[in-house]
Amino acid sequence: MFSRRTDLQLDRDQLGGFLPWLIAFMVFLSVLALAGTLALNQLAGRWDTGMSGTLTVQIKPSAKAIAGGAGAKAARAQDEKRLRSAVVALKTTSGVASAEALSEQNLLTLLEPWLGGGAVAGDLPLPRLIDVQLERGAEIDMAALQNKLTAVAPGAVIDDHGVWLARLIRLVRTVEALALAVLAFIALATVGTVIFTTRTGLAIHQDAIEVLHLIGAHDSYIARQFAGRALALGLKGGIIGLLLALPTLWGIGALADSLQSGLLPDLSLGVTHWMTLLVLPLTVAVIAMVTARMTVMKTLARML
Amino acid sequence: MLLRERFRFILRVCMVVMNSESGVVRFENVGLRYGLGPEVLQDISFSLAPGSFHFLVGSSGAGKSSLLKLMYLALKPSRGLISLFGRDIATTKRGELPSLRRRVGVVFQEFRLLRHLSVFDNVALPLRVAGTREAEIQKNVAELLEWVGLHDHLEARPPTLSGGQQQRLAIARAVIARPKLLIADEPTGNVDDAMALRLMHLFDELNKLGTTVVIATHNKTLVEKLGHPCLGLTDGQLQLTAGRG
Repeated sequence: MFSRRTDLQLDRDQLGGFLPWLIAFMVFLSVLALAGTLALNQLAGRWDTGMSGTLTVQIKPSAKAIAGGAGAKAARAQDEKRLRSAVVALKTTSGVASAEALSEQNLLTLLEPWLGGGAVAGDLPLPRLIDVQLERGAEIDMAALQNKLTAVAPGAVIDDHGVWLARLIRLVRTVEALALAVLAFIALATVGTVIFTTRTGLAIHQDAIEVLHLIGAHDSYIARQFAGRALALGLKGGIIGLLLALPTLWGIGALADSLQSGLLPDLSLGVTHWMTLLVLPLTVAVIAMVTARMTVMKTLARML
Repeated sequence: MLLRERFRFILRVCMVVMNSESGVVRFENVGLRYGLGPEVLQDISFSLAPGSFHFLVGSSGAGKSSLLKLMYLALKPSRGLISLFGRDIATTKRGELPSLRRRVGVVFQEFRLLRHLSVFDNVALPLRVAGTREAEIQKNVAELLEWVGLHDHLEARPPTLSGGQQQRLAIARAVIARPKLLIADEPTGNVDDAMALRLMHLFDELNKLGTTVVIATHNKTLVEKLGHPCLGLTDGQLQLTAGRG
């Protein structure tokens, strides 16, 4: 497909200096876009498997418990009773695998990113939550379950994660699609650049190419030399781009970690993802090589 | 003497006619014009028998280079039929042209050497294009460069050579692959008479080995000395003159 020895002076034209840096820039952007896509894809998958088949039931605190004062303790006891009744009602519902009330301490831990570590149970009128796991493939009649819960625990509200999760995943998928579109545009721009530089190279070396033709060179003999050159320049540019992108990715990761906050979802990449990113320069180089070859073959086909 | 020359002329004409169907090169009513300009070649018809040696003569601008370009497939005729080694060029597929071109050695008027390649690599080019083994290339190229007197310049680049050396290099490149047809456009224009004669002897040697040779030249002394038949171009039209050989 390509040749190291060239009869054309391809390594001396100025394109040799220009193309690797352009490809490096393209690979840099591609690595960032691809890393974003892979991380978002992983996140959406994790949300999907982690949250589907679950419900949260919220038991709001009664007005007396919120107001505080003399009757607050009794009101809280009453709220606790409603919570237990709701848990029992849920456990006896067909399709529910488990129902577990979250302790007040667990609630505070969940809210720590927003409230900080100093909040104490009882300082705030927090709703109590029941984490409900559904059986695999269970179809729950939400209206009937809501009625059942209201009957035993007035003020209980079912929070079906499916609705907001579907929206969130749709958003993530849209961003993912945009990142893929960016990748496609980068690939197109790379192809366009290689076509342009190859055509320029063909024009620069037209006389030598004509001589090669006249002494009996096939188009593929000439195309091999351009393809080999494009592969070498593509690899050079790709490696430079990757070497620039990796510290950038590491920097973004380190910055996210330094926030030490549960506000940002975990966007870390797995081994497969890193391998995919490492293969990117080679992919770009192969695209450059194939593009150069096709451009030369197509252009030479117009010659006698 | 006159009778003898006439007999030879008739014999040669007969040979040309006999080989017209199987000629190495055959032109039939070929015309050539560049763009919308006038025809630079008109109704050219001739056939070169295998193993023949012809000079192509004519004044400057008569169309010699254009005729040679048609012969080494650098141009397509505007009309007429050209066949090379029995293949009609108009109906030959583009992918099959390289195999025809490999059987033709060309010495271009302006040499057209690859400036960045060494003397050795320039001569080796036709063999490399044809996929010849490197060991064979090394041997054959070295031998030929010795013969044309460039063995001391193996690694030199063409721009560092004199006009005569470049011309010898161009000739070496044209003959290295033992072509069946050798076309040379003013191959002795930049060398002294002694070297011109030496190069002509090289062409003669190749001719004796079966190569058909066509040489465009202004050098009347050489034409007369070697006595080969001439294709004469005048105002785009061709006339065949018998030689003394």
